[in-house]
Amino acid sequence: MTERILPEPTPTPETIAFWDAAKKGMFLIRRCKECGKAHWYPRSICPFCWSDDTEWVEGSGKGTIYSYSIMRRAAPPYVMAYVQLAEGPRMMTNIVDMAFEDIAIGQAVEVTFRQSEGGFSIPMFSSPGFRRDAGVG
Amino acid sequence: MHAYIAGAFEHPTRNAPDKSIAQLHAEVVLGALADAGLSKSDVDGYFCGPDAPGTGPLSMLDYLNLKVRHFDSTNTSGSSYMVHVGHAVEAIAAGKCNVAVIALAGRPRQEGQGKGALVRQDDSRQPDFQWEHPFGIAVLNVYAMCAARHIFDYGTTSEQLAWIRVAASHHAHHNPGAVLRDVVTTQDVLNSPVVADPLRRLDCCLVTDGGGAIVVVRPEIAKSLKRPLVRIRGYGSGHSGQNGGMLDLTSTAAADSGRVAFEQAQVTPNDIKYVSLYDSFTITVLMQLEDLGFCKKGEGGRFVSDGNLISGIGKLPFNTDGGGLCNNHPVNRGGMTKMIEAVRQVRGEAHPNVQVRNCDLALANAIGGQLGARHASATVILERE
Repeated sequence: MTERILPEPTPTPETIAFWDAAKKGMFLIRRCKECGKAHWYPRSICPFCWSDDTEWVEGSGKGTIYSYSIMRRAAPPYVMAYVQLAEGPRMMTNIVDMAFEDIAIGQAVEVTFRQSEGGFSIPMFSSPGFRRDAGVG
Repeated sequence: MHAYIAGAFEHPTRNAPDKSIAQLHAEVVLGALADAGLSKSDVDGYFCGPDAPGTGPLSMLDYLNLKVRHFDSTNTSGSSYMVHVGHAVEAIAAGKCNVAVIALAGRPRQEGQGKGALVRQDDSRQPDFQWEHPFGIAVLNVYAMCAARHIFDYGTTSEQLAWIRVAASHHAHHNPGAVLRDVVTTQDVLNSPVVADPLRRLDCCLVTDGGGAIVVVRPEIAKSLKRPLVRIRGYGSGHSGQNGGMLDLTSTAAADSGRVAFEQAQVTPNDIKYVSLYDSFTITVLMQLEDLGFCKKGEGGRFVSDGNLISGIGKLPFNTDGGGLCNNHPVNRGGMTKMIEAVRQVRGEAHPNVQVRNCDLALANAIGGQLGARHASATVILERE
């Protein structure tokens, strides 16, 4: 099967810390120090209370599949998903390393990084219990 | 609300290798004015989306050599043209113009955009881009995730979604201009290949070249013309996104736009005889029906089943031209063609085999952008006087 080439992220001064940490295997999320809520996608102003007192914190990397779709018309097919993070927010991502038939809404998943050709580490998710050999999915 | 739709025109082409985009735009403008019985010198308002080539309305105004007092190029993707209807009503009420033309045209099939069901119009400067693009976001797969979650939460089935396509095909069968005129069954839809689970090929709309235009006028002008009086009785808009991560894939901003439009029109879903709903995918129709209040949230699947959307058979005929699923979906922006068929129905000028009897009140709704990412909704309620 053809190897999937990942589109590159396009970091900005507002987000470069996330992508730098990802290269070290850390999954950061953004949290508001004023209202205490975590949000996704990360931004400098809290989307809930508009406080600009927000900070990067290391996320648990754990969540559950909120919804997903197998993009069958792509070559190779891939799994688009929203994962509900343990911290609350739902993030767009991909499910990897799992057989398509093992994927289900509600399933527990954990973050795993995939490399883009440009050297970025992209946060994707997989279920440890169902994980197949790396490189598949 | 005191404005009327005096002219409506759907370009007959679905494939335009021999025309320019500007030419198509001009043809729909002329077509809608001719339908209204108005001419160039009457036009003093011009509305377009980014499908119009150039900066906002400037290049097309210059191409048409049109001098107007008021213009607007609000872009909320496929819903833009219904937003323009609302803005035209407001502009007319404020005395900014008397005759507003709203135009859409383009040729995505000639420009390599014909392969996907829809094409996203993204810009890497969008704040969301880096959080979506690396994962292979496409119009198809975000809508598919909405469908998957709707199925999970409410027990909606693929067969229920298929009924939406079946109804559209029954209508397209009577439309000589429709791209796909064959009547299909739910089994045909279920047998079509899965393109992005749970959506199948026949859950997806067409991509066509062409366009359409609408003319909105002040009441005195409408009453001076020889066309049926189609009054814009209600209008609303709304939008929704990922809400800081608190997104809900099973609801749409049609709940917001519909509420405002129904309040303004002082009518309820029970009063509506016909609906035009943006049918980018079957799931789009189902969620609009729920959010506009035609059925309860979660009951859309049962509502659309057994031909309930087929004119002459069901309780709520929809997209009687065949819609974007079967007839026409110019420039991947369905709001214009939805308006046009609603105008035909209210005038009594739909095809006789699909014309809804005594269609004195109709609703048109469009979604722009993408459900499952960010979208706008616009609702227009039309009344025959």
